[in-house]
Amino acid sequence: MHDFYYFATGPFAWIAFLVFIGGSIWRFRSLLELAKRKDSIVFEYMDTKFALRSIVHWLIPFGSRSMKINPTMTVVTFLFHICIFLTPLFVFGHVILWKENFNISWFTLPNAVADLMTFIVIASCIFFLWRRIKLPDVKYLTTPLDFIILFIVAAPFITGFWVYHQFSGFAVMTIIHIISGEIMLMAIPFTKLFHMFLFPFTRGYIGSEFGGVRMAKDW
Amino acid sequence: MSESKLTTDKKSDVKKIEDQGILKGLEQLTPEKIESVINQVINDETGARLKVYVDTCVHCGMCSKGCHFFLSLNDPKFSPAGKVKQTLWEILRKKGKVSPEFIKDAATVAYTQCNLCKRCAMYCPFGLDVAYVMSVMRRICHKLGVVPLYIQDTAHSHSATMNQMWVKDDEWVDTLMWQEEEAQEAIENLRIPLDKEGADIFYSVIGPEPKFRAQLIFQAAVIMNAANENWTMPSMPGWDNSDMCMFTGDYEMMERLKRRHFESALNLRAKRIVMGECGHAFRSVYDVGNRALGWKMPPIEVVHAIEYYNELFEQNKIKIKKKFDRPVTLHDPCNIVRGRGLHEMARNIVKATCSEFIEMTPNREHNYCCSAGGGVINCGPPFKNARVESGKAKAKQLFAAKAKGAEVVIAPCHNCHGGLEDIIHHYGVDMELKFFGDIIYEILELPES
Repeated sequence: MHDFYYFATGPFAWIAFLVFIGGSIWRFRSLLELAKRKDSIVFEYMDTKFALRSIVHWLIPFGSRSMKINPTMTVVTFLFHICIFLTPLFVFGHVILWKENFNISWFTLPNAVADLMTFIVIASCIFFLWRRIKLPDVKYLTTPLDFIILFIVAAPFITGFWVYHQFSGFAVMTIIHIISGEIMLMAIPFTKLFHMFLFPFTRGYIGSEFGGVRMAKDW
Repeated sequence: MSESKLTTDKKSDVKKIEDQGILKGLEQLTPEKIESVINQVINDETGARLKVYVDTCVHCGMCSKGCHFFLSLNDPKFSPAGKVKQTLWEILRKKGKVSPEFIKDAATVAYTQCNLCKRCAMYCPFGLDVAYVMSVMRRICHKLGVVPLYIQDTAHSHSATMNQMWVKDDEWVDTLMWQEEEAQEAIENLRIPLDKEGADIFYSVIGPEPKFRAQLIFQAAVIMNAANENWTMPSMPGWDNSDMCMFTGDYEMMERLKRRHFESALNLRAKRIVMGECGHAFRSVYDVGNRALGWKMPPIEVVHAIEYYNELFEQNKIKIKKKFDRPVTLHDPCNIVRGRGLHEMARNIVKATCSEFIEMTPNREHNYCCSAGGGVINCGPPFKNARVESGKAKAKQLFAAKAKGAEVVIAPCHNCHGGLEDIIHHYGVDMELKFFGDIIYEILELPES
């Protein structure tokens, strides 16, 4: 049990961060290389002003018509993305680990807030699951991998919630929590989760096309 | 016929549609040929963009409401991402090892179930360009020789005559002289100057104008003369700015066409190209064709009719007798609105020419497509019923504008005219369709002769 814990917080943690960072750099570089060879058009038309114009509109809740006509999805996605990004970084239990291991620390979220945010992530994942099963157009697009990714994303939060509330077997659950978090990190460069890094580029490019050539809005 | 057609859910079975171009093409396919052609296109002609578009899509379905096919038919197969699933998604997953039957369905999706209108790029949070993905699918189909018969015929016409409608060289000049004579009824001594060097305006049209809508050339001539323009039209091939090759995936031929068009204008040392009220031709000249030839922007200024008419009113170059007095609504064509942001100029023209204007909703960049664009109407009769059914959302939009009092729909694009005409007829919308040119001609104050 202790061996597992040390493996999960020691070597496996290092592997997870290495795979996440190394994998992301590799994926970026290979896409950039490919783009340089085959899609010079992207560099020709990319325009900082119009790219930012588009990105900003799409980062503001209800900033696009698409968001306005899908209000539930908009509210859930924004809450989900904010919580999934901030909670692991600022939850007390994580910051304390940084403090213990590297003697660095930063702002922490009040426990009740972090707890609520964790709950929001879990509830959002259930909402996404419901969409995948119930909405015909989303169901048609859904592959088994989409369910696996959803599970990979939800697992660290479900287990984290479990551990924080000290439900039965939370000691084992702590290890599962750590490992599931590490799996999620490692999955980012190699799955659709990489969209977190590609968003500014895909949005920025279509924003540049619409702004610079088409002289139209894209939101 | 009435609005009741909007509620019936009968759908044409697309699978049962038999297109001779697609079927004959399939007969020549082997799995090996399919695989090698697909991999050639994927490896040599696409790159990071296609990869990112297919890999980044998180299958969220936000694009569904961006597509009038989905809104009209409410079938998941018609959502933009659903169309990618039936085409490039499978192709990339199977590395090109797909069956002729798959190609048949993929060709039907790419050529007849997507108008390449790019509206979905405005509904996808990532701005993924499904129109681009569908164009890649069309490119593969073109190289496999699996193209709907009717649109392939127009592409053949382009390659044989440099125009879309098999118009012969003498017929072209003859049509211009005929329209010149007709227009002289309105303005004495009116001329359609041919091959005039150094003119301010090189006026180009699409093949169907001399073939079916010659009165548009006549109207343009009257407007040009009333505005006292120094203008010209070419007497030789290069006069047609349309481009079905762009839509079949025949990019080599598209490049020849655009080059001929640009060179016709440049050889005459024209200051700029003004083109008639056509959407896809504008896309080919302003966006796609010039890029294929290596021009970031067109080598000579290209001005769409809307921009030109707007200029006429802004600079008071023409006068009107009185405003057009029937209530109008305006259809925003994808290629010049999402393609060139001409929606406000179009509204300026409406204000200058019409007494009562009723907006359709949604409008401007968010307007619903006519279902005819992107070469879909050019795929001809086999796909007509399916096309009109996919215009149900458009029909509802038209009925809503009509309920507010609109009697006339202004659609400044030829394809939109064709598509809207069918929708108006099928659903019994009972509205009249007009080009801006029709309205301006009707209310124009002619110069003293």
